[in-house]
Amino acid sequence: MQENTILIKEQLNGAVVKFVIYKPLIARTAKAGQFVILRGREGGERVPVTLVDWDKEKGTITVIIQAIGKSTSLFNSLNQGEQFLNVAGPLGTPVEIKNYGTVAVVGGGVGIAEVYPIARALKEAGNRVIAVLGARTKELLILEPQMSELCDKTVCATDDGSHGMKGMVTDAIQSLHDGGEKIDAGFIIGPIPMMKFTSRLMDKLGITPYASLNPIMLDGTGMCGCCRVTVEGKVRFACVEGPMFPARTIDFDELIRRTSEYKPLEKESLENYQKDHVCKCGLH
Amino acid sequence: MPNPSAPRQNGRQLDPQVRKKNFEEVAQIFTQEEAQAEAERCLHCQNARCQANCPVGVQVPAFIALLKDGNIGGAITKIMETSLLPAICGRVCPQEKHCEGNCVLKAKFGAVNIGMLERYTADTARKEGLLKTPVCAQKTGKKVACIGSGPSSIAAAAELARAGHDVTVFEALHAFGGVLRYGIPSFRLPREVIDAEIETVKSMGVKFQTDVLIGASEKIADLLKQFDAVYIGSGAGLPTMLGIPGESAVGVYSANEFLTRVNLMQAYKFPQTDTPIRIGKHVVVLGGGNSAMDAARCAMRLGPDSVTVAYRRSAAEMPARAAEVLHAQEEGVAFDYLITPKEILQDENGRVTGIKCTRNELGDPDAKGRRRPVEIAGSEFILPADTVIVAIGQRPNPIIAKTTPELKTTERGVLALDEQGKTTLPGVYAGGDIIRGGATVLLAMKDGIEAARRINAYLNGGK
Repeated sequence: MQENTILIKEQLNGAVVKFVIYKPLIARTAKAGQFVILRGREGGERVPVTLVDWDKEKGTITVIIQAIGKSTSLFNSLNQGEQFLNVAGPLGTPVEIKNYGTVAVVGGGVGIAEVYPIARALKEAGNRVIAVLGARTKELLILEPQMSELCDKTVCATDDGSHGMKGMVTDAIQSLHDGGEKIDAGFIIGPIPMMKFTSRLMDKLGITPYASLNPIMLDGTGMCGCCRVTVEGKVRFACVEGPMFPARTIDFDELIRRTSEYKPLEKESLENYQKDHVCKCGLH
Repeated sequence: MPNPSAPRQNGRQLDPQVRKKNFEEVAQIFTQEEAQAEAERCLHCQNARCQANCPVGVQVPAFIALLKDGNIGGAITKIMETSLLPAICGRVCPQEKHCEGNCVLKAKFGAVNIGMLERYTADTARKEGLLKTPVCAQKTGKKVACIGSGPSSIAAAAELARAGHDVTVFEALHAFGGVLRYGIPSFRLPREVIDAEIETVKSMGVKFQTDVLIGASEKIADLLKQFDAVYIGSGAGLPTMLGIPGESAVGVYSANEFLTRVNLMQAYKFPQTDTPIRIGKHVVVLGGGNSAMDAARCAMRLGPDSVTVAYRRSAAEMPARAAEVLHAQEEGVAFDYLITPKEILQDENGRVTGIKCTRNELGDPDAKGRRRPVEIAGSEFILPADTVIVAIGQRPNPIIAKTTPELKTTERGVLALDEQGKTTLPGVYAGGDIIRGGATVLLAMKDGIEAARRINAYLNGGK
């Protein structure tokens, strides 16, 4: 079997695809909270993607990719049996897994998939695990059955109220708190504003928040410093020291500014791609 | 008869006005006539100082003699007896510090242009099919892992293969060459030259793997189960930042990031390639070393209105090669000396607007003998900039040291070695920037070659 081969491709919803990739070296050592860097073609970007699952015996890793720009669209156009050009990892510092007591794992959108292995490891470490899952609408809320099966309690929130409570994950956490849940720590993965407001709320409620940051990266090995984030007033490299950091003092506004740096160019690149690309997936 | 008093051939460079708009190699290869004339200047000294001062011991007088006789194949074979990466060395070695700096003709007539002769020999031999795969000793059955595929590690790998060992090179990135690939721009070292030199090493039987970050994908302990010895040449993959306010503003790059975007990811071809780069109207590069020159010259090629190198001491103390400084100046890079940056200023959107700086004067010499910059009180001023590149040095990448508790490091974060060049872990050797901090390609190669000899002795001595 050739390394980097896509063994399973599953369309989870319109823009979100799950890939199971043959990569024994990574499957052997991966831990919760780590990521890989993918490239799809010569001249392609190095894109960091959180590991969602891995299987030592089968030598496979699982990632879930939401098509946002050119590179992620190109990834999602790859088919079963084809290969990613490069898969490097596992990168980053694993999340510290221990018994915190009662923990909330909070996922927004594809962040649900990314927080799943952390939930599983925390559960195995003896924590009482509450999953708080959020999405814009029911269709985008992925992995709910798996989360429900794993966790002691699962609550969902959608912006439009099409599933679970109507509102944001912050509303769900507030209502858990109001209902008497005593939560010790929270692990948050999702869009930056969601992580920012969830961290703030948790801090206010006496829950220690941790957030997994997604700054722009190049090499992912600590070499370029492009992923620098400010935590507790100190510059940290998310690729090697993170991506999960204690969230109370993360400068989320700086992260939003830094991740927006290339938006206009990314848009141009995506438009060029969509113009030229004859899609093989047959969905659009 | 040698003709030492003939004028030194300096070769030709692309016109600055043309080259500042492209990434093509600036220094043009010698013509056959230029090479002949330059080779004839060499006196072929006994006990040649050029050779004695070459970090990798290139047999300079002997190869030039063969070249002079038109024997390109003989000349390249002679070079490759000690250095297996001649097309790279000929281009990026600071010859003025080593061979040319010690040429007896230097004071009176100008040193023999050994760098350009080496490059001419390597490029011509390769083009004419005269560059043969070096002969490797009989297989020893011993396996060696080389970590990183930069100059140090490939030099070690090539020498180890020559000694008959089974060598595998592990590279963390998607392309081979380390700093040659991500740091040094193609206008100084064309990508095809890196590819060709690595092909030579591959042809010696060395296996190369991308996407393996030792310390993460596999630990040193895992390697020691599969290999008889390990060479760590993982380089200086950690940028030094200034530690001043505003350093995370949008538009501030480390030299490593800027150069990696341009050189490794080929962002200058965006959107044909997928990695973008943004360049402002006024670029300021902070620093005065070779990375600062590379960053400034890359920045110039992306078409801003101005590129300024701001250095904290004066021109005389600047560590960059004089030739690089000259090339940058020809291309329109401005230099502003005796400046200390104090704060990077930003607008309400977090974008860089300028650098608050102070002026310096030179004080007493430091431990290395360079005069120290001393701030002049009340000299604060604002240097306008919308792109800032911080090029004040690199430190060793800490991943291997962090994940290998048995490996001791010094206060500077470099791996500690004993007199035999061994790390504190048996069978594990190291060299290049992981033990030096931030040095040159040639010193990295020298370390690799010397470590290969030690590994060889270690493997031959049995366990």
